[in-house]
Amino acid sequence: MSKTTCVAMILAGGQGSRLGALTKKIAKPAVPFGGKYRIIDFPLSNCANSGIDKVGVLTQYRPLELHNYLGTGDAWDLDKSDGGVFILPPYARDKGADWYKGTADAIYQNLNFIDMVDPEYVLVLSGDHIYTMDYAKMLAAHRANKADATIGVFEVPWDEAPRFGIMNTDEKDGRIVEFEEKPAKPKSNLASMGIYIFNRDFLDKYLREDATDDNSSHDFGKNIIPKMLNDKARMYSYAFEGYWKDVGTIESLWQANMDLLQDEPPFSFTSAWTIYSNNPSLPPHYLGKEAKVTCSMLNEGSMIMGEVDHSVLFSGVKIGKGAKVTNSVIMPFTVIEENAVIDHAIVAQNCIISAGAHVAGSEGAIAVVPEGETVAAEQASVGQQVS
Amino acid sequence: MGNVMGIIRLDGANSMLKELCEHRPVAALPIAGRYRILDFAMSSLVNSGIGHVGVLVSKKARPVFDHLRSGKDWDLARHRDGLAYLPNDGENGNNSALAGLYQNIDFVMRSSSEYVFLVQADTVYNIDFRHVLLFHQNTGADITMVYCKAREDLPGEAASMQVAENGKVTDIAKRMTSTKGSNDFMGIYLMRKDTLVKLVTSTFERGGNSMLVDGIIRHMDDFSIYGYEHKGFSTRINSTMAYFNANKAILNPDIWNELFMSEHPIHTKKKDAAPVQYKNTAKVTNSLIGNGCEIYGEVEDSILFRGVRVAEGVKIKDCIIMEQCQIEQYAMLRDVICDKNVVVSEDQWLKGAENYPLIIAKSTVI
Repeated sequence: MSKTTCVAMILAGGQGSRLGALTKKIAKPAVPFGGKYRIIDFPLSNCANSGIDKVGVLTQYRPLELHNYLGTGDAWDLDKSDGGVFILPPYARDKGADWYKGTADAIYQNLNFIDMVDPEYVLVLSGDHIYTMDYAKMLAAHRANKADATIGVFEVPWDEAPRFGIMNTDEKDGRIVEFEEKPAKPKSNLASMGIYIFNRDFLDKYLREDATDDNSSHDFGKNIIPKMLNDKARMYSYAFEGYWKDVGTIESLWQANMDLLQDEPPFSFTSAWTIYSNNPSLPPHYLGKEAKVTCSMLNEGSMIMGEVDHSVLFSGVKIGKGAKVTNSVIMPFTVIEENAVIDHAIVAQNCIISAGAHVAGSEGAIAVVPEGETVAAEQASVGQQVS
Repeated sequence: MGNVMGIIRLDGANSMLKELCEHRPVAALPIAGRYRILDFAMSSLVNSGIGHVGVLVSKKARPVFDHLRSGKDWDLARHRDGLAYLPNDGENGNNSALAGLYQNIDFVMRSSSEYVFLVQADTVYNIDFRHVLLFHQNTGADITMVYCKAREDLPGEAASMQVAENGKVTDIAKRMTSTKGSNDFMGIYLMRKDTLVKLVTSTFERGGNSMLVDGIIRHMDDFSIYGYEHKGFSTRINSTMAYFNANKAILNPDIWNELFMSEHPIHTKKKDAAPVQYKNTAKVTNSLIGNGCEIYGEVEDSILFRGVRVAEGVKIKDCIIMEQCQIEQYAMLRDVICDKNVVVSEDQWLKGAENYPLIIAKSTVI
C-alpha cells in the first residue's frame, strides 16, 4: 500500500437509541436523510471530496443494511485498488472477542488497520452528523499549528451550549485550554463536533494506555481528550463555519430535513461538493394531473397524485389522489393511499398508510411510523408519538 | 441465459430526426427524462440474464462511450465476458452495421454462446428476452424477429411483417410510413451463432449493405423465419414526431409503471443529482421530472431531464426539456423540444405545433 497522509475512521456502530423506532432495524448512519441520502453519505462524501481515499467504517449495531449499502464503496468513488472503504466490525482474537466498548476502544481494536495503512494522521469522524466540510483545510491547520491533536468546533447558541462538550480556547491562536462536557455554566459556546485529527503516533500511545485502564469508559470525549489536555499536549480547535446538524433525535432529524426546504438551503446540492449516494435504477418521478407539490424535495421513482407541501419524499413513494402530506418526511417505497392525511410526521420505509387514515404530530411531538408498518384508517392519528 | 450473447446496433432511421440526431446516433438520443434509447435494449438484455454484450460502434459514437463507459451501470464490467466495443473502421467506405458485423465476425465466432440477439437500439420497450428464446426453441425457427403492433399512423421508416397464425413470417416489406395496427419489426433478431455468421458473411461478401433487405427479405425462402409479438408497450423512434409522442406516452402512469417499475428496471448511467426541489411558486402537473431540477414556475404535460432550472413565472406545456437547460423568468414554451444545455432567456415565448414541435439545438442561448 502506498504511503498515506491521512486515514479517516468513521464511527458508525452506534445504535442511535434516541431515534427510537427508526433505528430498531438499522444503525443510525444508515437512516435515510434528505430525500435520497443516508446519514453516512455526508462524512463519506466529505472524505471523497477532501481527497481522503482510505476510510475505515467501524460498524457494530445492526450492520447488515449498512454493510450492504457501503458495498465496495463505489458510490463514493472509494472502490480503489489501493485504498477505498474498509468495513471494520468487531472481531474475535485468540484470547476471545470484545464488542467495541467505546469510541476510543473501537479505534484501539483497529490499530492493526491503521498500521496497515500507515498514515501520518488519523481523522476520527462520527457517522451521525449532517454537514459538508473540507477536511483537507482542517488538516492544513493542524499541520500549520504543529498540533498533536485538532478538534473541529462549531459555534452553538449560548443557551444550547450546556448540551454539548464545550472547548475553552485561547482566543489568539485557538489552542484548547480546557474541555468541559455539558457544562452548566459554559465559558465558551464552541461545541466539539466529534471530528478529531491526531498525529498517528500520538494517538497510538494514548489508545494503548487507555486500553489498560479499567476505570476508563474508553470514550474520546470523556477519557482520551481530557487526558491529552491534562498532559499539556498541543491541542487546537478548528472552527467550522457553515451548516452542521446532529441528527441524533427524532426532532432534530425532522428539523434537519425541513432545513433543506428553506428558500436558500443550508448547502447547495448543485455545487461541486457533490453528496454521493447509491443511485438505484428508478425513473424520474411522475406528478399526476391533480398533483400539487410545493416547497418540497422529491426523488426518483415516486408517483404523486395528491398534495405535498413542505415535505421531503424519498424514492419510490406513492401518494394517492386526495391525500395530503405536509411538514413530513416520507421514506423509500412508502405508500400513502387516497385521502390519507399526514402532517408533522416521519413515515419510515415500506409503510402503507391506508386510504383515509390520519397520521398527525406537531412541532415538538413529531409522529413516527416505523419501517414496514401498515396504518389502518380506523387507527386515525395514532402513529407512534415520539417527542 | 449463459449461452446467449447480445449485439447492439446503434444505427437507426435518423433521416426524420433532424437536429436531434445531428451529433448522436438514434441510440444515444435522450428520452423519458433520464435515459438514452439504447438503455432499453441494454437493460432488457442484461435483465434477461445475458452477460455478454457487444456494441457495434458507429459514427458520432462519443455520447455512446460517455454513456456506457465500462458497462458497470448495467453490471457488464466483468472479468469474464461483459461489455465489448466492436468498432467499424469503415474500410471500403462502408459504414453499415452489416459491414461492422462482418469486420467483427471473429468476435461472434469466438464467443462460447450458442445464440445471439442482434438488437437495433432505436426502440423503447422492456422485454424479457427469455420468452423470445423459449419461443424460438419451440418453433424451431432459424431466425426469430420480434415485432409489435404500431401504435399510430406515422411517417417514418418501418419494416412491416406478414405473420401467419402459427407465427411464421410470410412477407416483410420496408415502407416509409407505419400504419396503426401493422406488425412493425422492432429491430430484434434471435438466431444461432452459426446462422448469424453465415448470414452476415454471405450477405456482405455478395455486396449486400443491409441485413434486413439483402440478407433476409431477398432470401425469405432460405430460412424458416418466425415472428414473436411483443404485447407490452413499444415504440420505435424513427422521426421527430415518434420521439415527441413516445415521451408523452410515458406520461401515462400505466406505461410508466410497465416500463420502469417492474422487477426488471431500466438501467442507465448513474449520476449523483440531488432530489428535485419544488419551490413555493411551483405548479407541476402530468409531468416527469428528472433529479437535480429546481422548479419555481409552471410545468404541464412535459418531460424535464436532470438538472433543469425553471425560474419563476415560467410556463412550460407539452415540452421536452433535456439535461441542464435553464428556462429563465417569465419565458413561455409550448410544443418545444430543447436539446441539452439550452438557455431560454427572460420573457422569451417559443411555440411549435402539436404535430410539429420546435426543436432548439444543443447549447443554444435564446
